[in-house]
Amino acid sequence: MPNKTFFWFFLPTGLAMILFIGLPIISTGVQSFYAQHDQVVKEVKKCDPFGCTVSIVVDNEATTKIREAKPLGKFNGFGTYIDRNHLATEEIKKFWNETETFGEFVDQVTNLPFYKALIFTLTYCIFVTPNVLLLGFIIALSLNAISRKIRGPLIFGTILPMIVTPLVGSLVLFWMIDSQGIIGANIQNLMNDPYLSLKSSKTLTWITIIIYGIWHHSPFAFVVFYAALQTVPQEPIEAAIIDGASRFQRIKHIVLPHIYPVVTFVALISLMDNFRVFEPIIGFSAEGSAQSLSWLIYDNLVNEEVILFGSAAATSMMTIIGIAILLAPVLVRTWKEFKTAR
Amino acid sequence: MDYGLDKKSNTLKTFNTIFIISWLLVACFPFIWTFWGSFKVRADFFSRSDWWYAVSAFNTLIETGEKFTTNAYHEAWFEGEFWKASKNTIIVTVFVVSISLFLGTLGAYALSRSTEKYAFWILMAALIFRAMPHITLVSGYLFPFFELQIWGILPTTIVVLVAINQPFTLWLLYSFFKTIPKELDESALIDGCSYFQAFRHIIMPVMWPGVITAGLFSLMLAYNDFTVTALLLNQENHTMVPKIQSYLGTNQHEGNLMWAVSAVVSATAPLFMLVMFFQRQVISGLTTGAVKG
Repeated sequence: MPNKTFFWFFLPTGLAMILFIGLPIISTGVQSFYAQHDQVVKEVKKCDPFGCTVSIVVDNEATTKIREAKPLGKFNGFGTYIDRNHLATEEIKKFWNETETFGEFVDQVTNLPFYKALIFTLTYCIFVTPNVLLLGFIIALSLNAISRKIRGPLIFGTILPMIVTPLVGSLVLFWMIDSQGIIGANIQNLMNDPYLSLKSSKTLTWITIIIYGIWHHSPFAFVVFYAALQTVPQEPIEAAIIDGASRFQRIKHIVLPHIYPVVTFVALISLMDNFRVFEPIIGFSAEGSAQSLSWLIYDNLVNEEVILFGSAAATSMMTIIGIAILLAPVLVRTWKEFKTAR
Repeated sequence: MDYGLDKKSNTLKTFNTIFIISWLLVACFPFIWTFWGSFKVRADFFSRSDWWYAVSAFNTLIETGEKFTTNAYHEAWFEGEFWKASKNTIIVTVFVVSISLFLGTLGAYALSRSTEKYAFWILMAALIFRAMPHITLVSGYLFPFFELQIWGILPTTIVVLVAINQPFTLWLLYSFFKTIPKELDESALIDGCSYFQAFRHIIMPVMWPGVITAGLFSLMLAYNDFTVTALLLNQENHTMVPKIQSYLGTNQHEGNLMWAVSAVVSATAPLFMLVMFFQRQVISGLTTGAVKG
């Protein structure tokens, strides 16, 4: 296709992506170097018969004026990146000097908002991704062995958790697991502890959100694995059966190597999706004990007094860097393939 | 996939059946339970005393005189103005699907027929864009949108959702167009058609299976989106998903949690119907990306 034709065909979608994905990333980058203005204060001298008092009040007029003049805020350089709510370099230095054991230091650091969120996000990724792959693969194998006639409805039932939006999915589970729901109430009865509830323990909340993640993402892994299983050649399997290979050996030595590229694909996609975990935290109303990076950004953006653009942007930039680190191996691999293909 | 040689023992078959049944229970029961509970009053579905009330409808009988009540639906749709939210969702979904398919087919067709190096780089860039968490993009949008005073209205959200959706649509349609033989449109070019004519008369008639799949995914994205719609729309223009969340936030009076339950059911039901109808396309769409590895 000639370049000129390509240009006209691609222009609309290219423009949309540049304007609404490319530019926003740049805009986020710029915003992250600015912080919202401080409120302008003035001293007011108030005199009454008993003498004069000087009080400090917010000068609303001046504050509005400066906000209108420079809506982006004041230039802050990397200030937002290293403040207490982000990388918190000074706090960490302080903790390092003050704490006596390493455990105590880690304890202090993981209480800082950014590190707390980072640790939850990583924990979520580490536990959800492998389990999603495993469960998805088992379901695919298992459904593949069932008569073709009834597979359709079974597949429909299997993919339901995936097609609802995470907020709805987590709400639906939350209503059952909560202390007033069917599962929560029964667990209370079983454990004989009427105060046992999701919100009472941080570990319990984390476990619930992770289970939700596995429940929500496994159908995706299932669908891809199921389709890949249909392409596994039959001859080597038959040969293996004749040679007396067990079912497990057949899966390990024939099926898995065949679908290996698909496994990496699913792992990558679900890692990317898990890294932006956010809606389940709202669905499970778990803000108190579990915060993710995306949730921190959301929290800054819905702040009631002033929207903390700078703070949200700084967290966003660091999330993007995180994604880049996750994606790097794939990009490098594709680049190498591309070079050898030439 | 029964190929004679592979005899499954009865224990294995039984075990397999039990596993599938228990998985389906895990996957589907929450939805069935929520559907069932949406016809109860709050004191039953979120019972403080006994969860069995949700089945026996103890309080529902007292409060309404019947075992099932549609009060929650009635209140959410009218008092809670869920009808407005669903109207907004329909507007957003229709526009997002049609615009993103229009842009996507043109772009993906060009990508699939180009042999230049930049086509590869564009696809890679799309992959990176696909990985961006939506909330980080939203944090980039908010400030400029406030300044331009285009925040809060539906058209802005539609354009944003179209753009966010483009990378995935491009990849999906790109792999689909690759499966349409090049010779088809090349012969038209030799006969003197322009690329646009070839696209219009040769490709368009055969592209519908791929377009339907891509359309379904755009639809699911627009319909399900929370991050963009919650932050870029004002209260008046909220679509269904942020509306559901707003029912949760205001927990002061009794009805609201049940509003959320009935709203969840109302929002999910059409989606399930749609997927039931187009199951084959959804699955083929999810796997085309995978085949590329």
